[in-house]
Amino acid sequence: MSEKMWISVCEYQDLLPDTGLCALVNKQQIALFNSRRLNEVFAVSNFDPIGEANVLSRGIIGSIGDEVVVASPLYKQHFNLRTGECLEKPEHTIPVYPVRVEDGLVQVQI
Amino acid sequence: MKQRIVVVGNGMVGHKFIDNLVSHADAEKYHVITFSEEPRLAYDRVQLSKYFSGSTAEDLALTTSGYYDEKNVEFILKDKVVDIDFENKEVITASGRREAYDKLILATGSFPFVPPIAGNNGEHCLVYRTIEDLEAITYSAARSKVGVVVGGGLLGLEAAAALKASGLETHVVEFAPRLMAVQLDEGGGKLLRRKIEALGVKIHTQKATTEIVAGTEARYRMNFADGSHLETDMILFSAGIRPQDELARKCGIVMGERGGITIDNNCLTSAKDVYAIGECALWQNRIYGLVAPGYQMAKVAVSHITGGAEQFTGADMSTKLKLLGVDVASIGDAHGNTPGSLSYTYSNDVEEVYKRIIVSADNTKLLGAVLVGEVEAYGTLQQMCVNGMDLPDDPNCLILPSVDGAGMAMGVVALPDTAQICSCFDVTKGAICCAVQNGAGTMGDIKAITKASTGCGGCAVLTKQVMDAELIKLGVEVSNHICEHFPHSRHELADIVRIKKIKTFDELLDGHGHGLGCDICKPATASILAAFWNEYVLDEKHIGLQDTNDIFLGNMQKDGTYSIVPRVAGGEITPEKLIVLGQVAKEYKLYTKITGGQRIDLFGAQLHQLPAIWKVLVDAGFETGHAYGKSLRTVKSCVGSTWCRYGVLDSVSMAITLENRYKGVRAPHKIKFGVSGCTRECAEAQSKDFGVIATENGWNLFVCGNGGMRPRHADLFATGLDDATLIKYIDRVMMFYIRTGDRLQRTSVWLENLEGGLAYLKKVVIEDKLSIAEELEAQMQYNIDQYQCEWKTTIENPERLKRFKHFINSDERDDNLAYVAERGQVRPAFKSERESRIELVELAD
Ligand code: SRM
Ligand SMILES: Cc1cc2nc3c(=O)[nH]c(=O)nc-3n(C[C@H](O)[C@H](O)[C@H](O)COP(=O)(O)OP(=O)(O)OC[C@H]3O[C@@H](n4cnc5c(N)ncnc54)[C@H](O)[C@@H]3O)c2cc1C
Ligand code: SF4
Ligand code: FES
Repeated sequence: MSEKMWISVCEYQDLLPDTGLCALVNKQQIALFNSRRLNEVFAVSNFDPIGEANVLSRGIIGSIGDEVVVASPLYKQHFNLRTGECLEKPEHTIPVYPVRVEDGLVQVQI
Repeated sequence: MKQRIVVVGNGMVGHKFIDNLVSHADAEKYHVITFSEEPRLAYDRVQLSKYFSGSTAEDLALTTSGYYDEKNVEFILKDKVVDIDFENKEVITASGRREAYDKLILATGSFPFVPPIAGNNGEHCLVYRTIEDLEAITYSAARSKVGVVVGGGLLGLEAAAALKASGLETHVVEFAPRLMAVQLDEGGGKLLRRKIEALGVKIHTQKATTEIVAGTEARYRMNFADGSHLETDMILFSAGIRPQDELARKCGIVMGERGGITIDNNCLTSAKDVYAIGECALWQNRIYGLVAPGYQMAKVAVSHITGGAEQFTGADMSTKLKLLGVDVASIGDAHGNTPGSLSYTYSNDVEEVYKRIIVSADNTKLLGAVLVGEVEAYGTLQQMCVNGMDLPDDPNCLILPSVDGAGMAMGVVALPDTAQICSCFDVTKGAICCAVQNGAGTMGDIKAITKASTGCGGCAVLTKQVMDAELIKLGVEVSNHICEHFPHSRHELADIVRIKKIKTFDELLDGHGHGLGCDICKPATASILAAFWNEYVLDEKHIGLQDTNDIFLGNMQKDGTYSIVPRVAGGEITPEKLIVLGQVAKEYKLYTKITGGQRIDLFGAQLHQLPAIWKVLVDAGFETGHAYGKSLRTVKSCVGSTWCRYGVLDSVSMAITLENRYKGVRAPHKIKFGVSGCTRECAEAQSKDFGVIATENGWNLFVCGNGGMRPRHADLFATGLDDATLIKYIDRVMMFYIRTGDRLQRTSVWLENLEGGLAYLKKVVIEDKLSIAEELEAQMQYNIDQYQCEWKTTIENPERLKRFKHFINSDERDDNLAYVAERGQVRPAFKSERESRIELVELAD
C-alpha cells in the first residue's frame, strides 16, 4: 500500500510545448508543464504563495543557471520545478508532485 | 566676533558666493547678511524659459529659506540697498535699514536695456529678466495674437521661443544685419535665420524702431526708420543688458566708461573692503554676461576673504545652446579678430549645417569656431581652444562630416587632467575620472558626486565621454546582454531576427543562445518576432513565449481573473456598442470602469468566461484592444473640428485612422498616441509616444512623450504636415524604435539614450541619412497587412479554446475567488474580509 496511485489528468498533446496547464486532482490544484527541450513534464502546486492566487500554471518556464524554473505570472518570482523552492524568497517552497507520461496521458501521483 | 559679510543682490552669483562661503572650512568665522530687491531668494535665471514649459518658481529656485536658516544666513527680501556709508562701513536700504559690514559684496547683476523709443512704456511693452517679468509676459500673451521681440541676440531669440510657445504670431526685430551678431559670423547668422524662419518666426533685420504708436489691426504699431512698419499686440525688449551699477556709481566707486564696476584680479573694487562679482563687474574693460564667469568671480572673492590665493584671470565666453530647437555654438574668437588668423568653413545648405573654425596664422592652434545646425564637436573644439592643444594634421577633419557617421577622432583621452569640463561648477576632467575610480558608473553618479552637468547642461555630452573613457580604461565592461541566455542586447537580437529571417524562439536559441530561455528573453523575442512577422501570438510556436497577459489575451488581475478591454478607436463609440458592453458586464457581473485611455474596462472575468464574452463582443463589431500587449494601446482624441468651435482639423478621424493603422503592432514597450484638434491640446498629445496637434498649416508631430513613472514632454518633430507625410514619418519613427529600442524601453527613454538624440532621429527619418526609410515603411506596411484580431482568430479555433479553462480536467472554477459588493459593483474581497467570512457575492458562471 506504500505505492501511491498514478492518476491520469489529461492527454499529453493538450500540454503544448513549453506551456503549462492546471489540473484538479483530489481537490488539489496542480500546475503541469512540458519542457520541449528537456523532453520532460513537471508537476507543482498551482498556488502562488506570494501573489496568493492560483496562477502558477500560467507562468513562463525556463532556466536560471542549471535550475529549471517557472516564473509566477503575477510578480515574477521563480520557483524551481524540481524542488519547489522559490529562488528569490527561499522561505517559500511549493509542493512538487511525481509526474509521468504513459500511453499518451499525463499522470501524477498525489 | 564674527566678520560681517554683507552681500547686495541675491541673484545667481550672489547666492553662489554665499554658498561657497558657508561651505568653507572657516565658515563659522563669518556672519552673512544678504539683501535682494526681488521678492524671492536666488533662482536659476539661465533656465528661466522653462517657466513657459511648466517649471514653477519653486523648480527654478537655487536655494531655500530653510537652507539659509540652517547656515545662519540672514536674508532680507524686497529691500533695495540704496546707499553705502564708507566711513561707518554700513549699507542703507530703501526701507531705511542700516547694516554694518566688514566686507561688502556687490552682486547686483544687470538689467535689460530698453532703447529710448517714444512709446516704449506701454502696458504690453515688457522685458525678460525676472520671474515677475515672465508672469507679466504670460498675462499679456493671453491677451495678444501677435508679439514682437526687439533684439535678435541670444536672449531675444529665447524670448521669441517663449512667445511662439505661447501660441503668438512671433516676430523678431533686429537692428544689425544678422541674428546673434556677437556670437555668430555672417554664414552662421544666415543659416540660423533660415532655420528659425522655417519654424514660423518672422525675422526683420536692419530695422531701427523710431516710435511705437497705437495700431489699427493690433494694439501697437512700430514705425521703422526705413518707412516700413509692423503691427503687434505686445513688445518684448531684449536689446542687451546693462550692468546694474547705480549704487556703486552713486557712492563714487570707480566705474568703466560705459558702466560696470571696475574690479581687479581679486574682484576688489576701488573702495576699501568692497568687492563686485557677476554681471555688474567689469574686469579689464569686459563685462561677462554669462553665469560661469560670475561663479568664477564668486570663488575668487571667497578665496580672497578667507585668505586664499585664487585670482580671476578672465573667462571663456564660449556658448552652446538650443534656440527654438536649433543648435548653435560659438567658441573663442568666433569672428577671426586675431590678426593673421585663418579659417576653414563647411557649409551644407541641404542638411542645414554650418561650421567654421578659426586657426592661428601658423595653422597650429584653434582660436575659435562657429557651429550652427550641428554642434556635436563643441566639447572637443572648446577644449582644444581653451587648453591651447595642437591642431590635428588635417584641421578639416574637425568640421567635415565623417563618412561613417562615427564623429570626430579627437577623443577626450587627449585632454589633460586639468581641463575644465563643466564650467558652471568648475569640474575638471581629473575630478570626473577620480569619481569613476571611486566607483561612479552612471551619469547620475557623476552628477551627484561632482555636480558636473547639473547647471546649464552644456557639458553633458563631454562629461559622459570622459566618464565612459575612464570606465573603459578601468576595464569596466557594461554588459548590455538581455539575460544569461543570450550574449546580445535586444537591439542586436532584433537585427539577428530581421536579417536572418528567424521565425521562432527555438531557432534563435539554437543559433545564438543557450539554456532554456527565461521570462525575460522569451517575451522579448515574442515581441521581436511579432514586430517583424506579426504571426498569431497564440500559435503553437509562440505560445510558450507569451507573458502573463498575452498568453490569455487579457490583463491578469491580482486574483488570477482577467480584464477585458475592447478597442474603442479614438475613443469614439456608438450607443449600440455601449449597450452591448453594459449587457455583457451585467450578465457576467463584471466590474466596469472608464479607463484613462478613453475606453471601457470590464474586470473580474474568469478564464473560462473569456471566449464566451469575446464572442458576444466580436459579434457586436468589437476587436481586441491589446490592453495586454506591448503594442499600440490607445489613440486619445479630442472632439476636434467636427464639433468644437476652436478645432482646425478633424482630430477624431485622424485618431481613428492612426489607431486602426497601428493596432496590433508590437514594440519594445507599449505605444500611446494623442491627437488634438488645436493648440489647446485637450487630448494631451504631448504626453504620448506620438502626439499629433492640428494647426492652420497642417499637423504638428511630437514624439517620445511619456506619462507614467517619469513623465516627459514629447519633442516637436515636424510641423505643418499633410496626412500622408504625417503617417510616413510615424511609420518610420515607430519601426526605427522597434528595431533599436531596448527591452521594455518606452520611446521617451529610447530617445534620451539614442546617440545624437532628436537631431539624429530627424536625420534618419526626415532626411533618410541611413537610407533605410523605404525599408522601414515597407516593414511597417508588412506588419500592418498581417493584422488580425487575436480574439476573433481565437474564438474561431476550438483547439485553442481548450486552454481557456481553469482546469483541463474539470469544469469547476477556482475556489479561491471571493467577491464583495461595493458601490453597486463587485470587487475582490480583502484578506480580512475573507477571514471574517463577510457576505460574498455569488459569481456568474
Ligand atoms: C486600466 C488603466 C487604469 C484605469 O483604470 O484607467 C490602466 C491599468 C493598468 N496599467 Fe496603466 N492603465 C491605464 C492607463 C494608463 C495611463 C494613461 C493613458 O494611457 O493615457 C498611463 C500613463 C501614460 C503613459 O503610459 O505614458 C499608464 C501608465 C502605466 C504604466 C507606466 C508606464 C511608464 O512608462 O512609466 C504601467 C507599468 C508598465 O507598463 O510597465 C502601467 C500598467 C498598467 C497595468 C497593465 C498593470 C498590470 O500589468 O496589470 C494595469 C492593468 C490594466 C488592466 O488590468 O486592464 N500603466 N496607464 C488604464 C487603461 C487605459 C486603456 O484604455 O488601455
Ligand atoms: C532669459 C535668460 C537666459 C539666460 N541664459 C543664460 C545661459 O544660457 N548661459 C549663461 O551663462 N547665462 C545666461 N543668462 C545670464 C545669467 O542669468 C546671468 O549671467 C546671471 O544671472 C548673472 O548673475 P548675477 O548674480 O550677476 O545677476 P542676477 O542673477 O541678475 O542677480 C542680481 C540680483 O541683485 C538684485 N539687486 C540689484 N541691485 C540691488 C540692490 N541695490 N539691492 C538689492 N538687490 C539688488 C537684483 O534684483 C537681482 O535679484 C541668461 C539670462 C536670462 C535673463
Ligand atoms: S483641442 Fe481644440 S479642438 Fe480639441 S476639443 Fe480642445 S479646443 Fe476643441
Ligand atoms: S557647463 Fe554648465 S552644467 Fe556643466
